Amino acid sequence: MVPFGGWDMPVQYSGILAEVNAVRTAAGLFDVSHMGRLYISGPQATQFLDWVLTGSADSLRVGRARYCMICNEEGGVIDDTIFYRLAENSYLLIPNAGNRLEVVAWFQKWIDRKFSGGCVIDDRTETTALIACQGPAAARIMDRLGDGSSSGMRPFTWDQTALSGKDVMVGRTGYTGEDGFEIVADTQDAGFIWHALMEQDVLPCGLGARDVLRLEAGLPLHGHEIDAQTTPIEAGLERFVRFDKEYLGSQVLARQHQNGVERKLVGLMTPGRSAPRAGYSISAQGQVIGSVTSGSYSPTLDTSIAMGYVLVDYAQPGQAVELDIRGRAAQAEIVPLPFYTRPQTS
Amino acid sequence: MNPNDRKYTSEHEWVKIDDPAAGHAVAGITEYAQDQLGDIVYFDLPQPGATVQFKGKMGEVESVKAVSDLYSPVTGEVIEVNERLIDHPEIVNEDPFQEGWLVRVAMSNAAEVDSLMSAEEYDAFIGGLE
Repeated sequence: MVPFGGWDMPVQYSGILAEVNAVRTAAGLFDVSHMGRLYISGPQATQFLDWVLTGSADSLRVGRARYCMICNEEGGVIDDTIFYRLAENSYLLIPNAGNRLEVVAWFQKWIDRKFSGGCVIDDRTETTALIACQGPAAARIMDRLGDGSSSGMRPFTWDQTALSGKDVMVGRTGYTGEDGFEIVADTQDAGFIWHALMEQDVLPCGLGARDVLRLEAGLPLHGHEIDAQTTPIEAGLERFVRFDKEYLGSQVLARQHQNGVERKLVGLMTPGRSAPRAGYSISAQGQVIGSVTSGSYSPTLDTSIAMGYVLVDYAQPGQAVELDIRGRAAQAEIVPLPFYTRPQTS
Repeated sequence: MNPNDRKYTSEHEWVKIDDPAAGHAVAGITEYAQDQLGDIVYFDLPQPGATVQFKGKMGEVESVKAVSDLYSPVTGEVIEVNERLIDHPEIVNEDPFQEGWLVRVAMSNAAEVDSLMSAEEYDAFIGGLE
C-alpha cells in the first residue's frame, strides 16, 4: 500500500503486467474511490459549471458525460475531470483525489463571488465508492450482473441501474483506453459489488497498472502532464476546450489557440525495456529541448514509452531525440499520441 | 524461506560461495527484493571482466513501477553474467535464489562475505521492515 492523494492505495494486486494484460484482453477491476464525487446542483448550476470548466455544461444533454479541464484565470490546469449531467440542474463531477479539496475551495469561491444562492456543492466522496470495470469483456460482465442494459450504453453516457441487486449509477467511462464502466455505489454496497465482479473473473488492478494503462492510451495525469503551470493547449487537449464563450482561463486559452505555444506535449518511444521516467531531460542536436513527464515500459507494445514537453519546433512526429536515462543516452522518436488505440469492435 | 547456504546484505542481495577453492561466488537479489520490485522488465548488469566493489553499485534493476540500484555483495572481477535475464528478466521474479542469479564473481577478499547477514539474521532484518 502506498499513500496517494491522502488515501492508502494498492500499487498492485497480482502484478502490474498481469493486471495490464487483463484489462487489454479481458477485464480489470479498480477501486478508484479515492477520486472525488462532487454533486453540484441548483438553478444556476449550469451557468456556474460553464464558468469554471473548459467544456460546456449547457450543451451537455441529461444522461451524458464530458471530459474537460478546470482552469485558473491564467489557463493553468487546476484539475481535469469527467462530469455527468444527472438532471436539468444537477451534475456529478469527478475530480482527482489529490485535488478534491482544492477544487471544492475553488468552486466555492466562485459560487460565493458570482453564483451565490444559485448552486451548491455536495461532496459525497466519503459516503460513496467508485469502482471501475474496464476491458473488452466489461460490457458482457456488467450485463450479467445487471439487467442486461449496460452493453447498450453509448460511451460517455450514464444510467441509474442495479448491479447484483444494489442500486448504482453506471457511466460508460474510464481511464484505461479500453471500453469500460465506472460505478458509483453507496459505501456499504461497494464490497459486495467488488466481490460480485471478482466472481466474474474481473482481475483486481492497482495504481501501477492504472498508470501504465493510461500512459499507453496517451491520457494525461494531473501533476505530471498537466498542472497549474500548464495549459490544455500546451498539453494538446484543445478538443476538450471550447472557444465560443468566456469562462475562467478562456482569454489565455483563446490567445494560445490563435498564436501558438512555446512547448507542446508529445509522445516518445524508445526501444528496449529501460524506461524514461518523469524529470529526465530530452535533447536534440546536443541541446536540451524539454523533459519527460511520465514514462514506463509498455507491456502491450513491448517497448518503452513516455510523454513529455518539448519546444514546439521539435514537436513533430518522426523527430529524433535523445533521452538521458540516468546518465545513459537513449535514442527516442517523437510519435503521435495515443501510443495504443483499442481494436474497434463492430 | 531464505536459504541458509548463503549470506545476505541490507540492500537485499544474496551471495553464495559456490567454488571455495577458486574463490568464486554467485550473487543475486532476494525473494523480498523481487516481491518489493514487482514485475521486473530490465537488468543493467556489469560486463564480464568488470571490477565490482563490496557494497558498491554494480548495476540497475527496473520493474514496471520503479528503478533500483544493484549493489555488489563482494569485491572482485565479474566472470559470468546470467545472459538469460536479457530476454527473460522475469526469471528473477519466479526464482530469485536459483535460476535468477545475476553475476558470478572471482572474489579478491572472501572475508567480506563473513561480515554479511546469515539467513536467520536476514529473516529478522526484513521482519523488522514490515
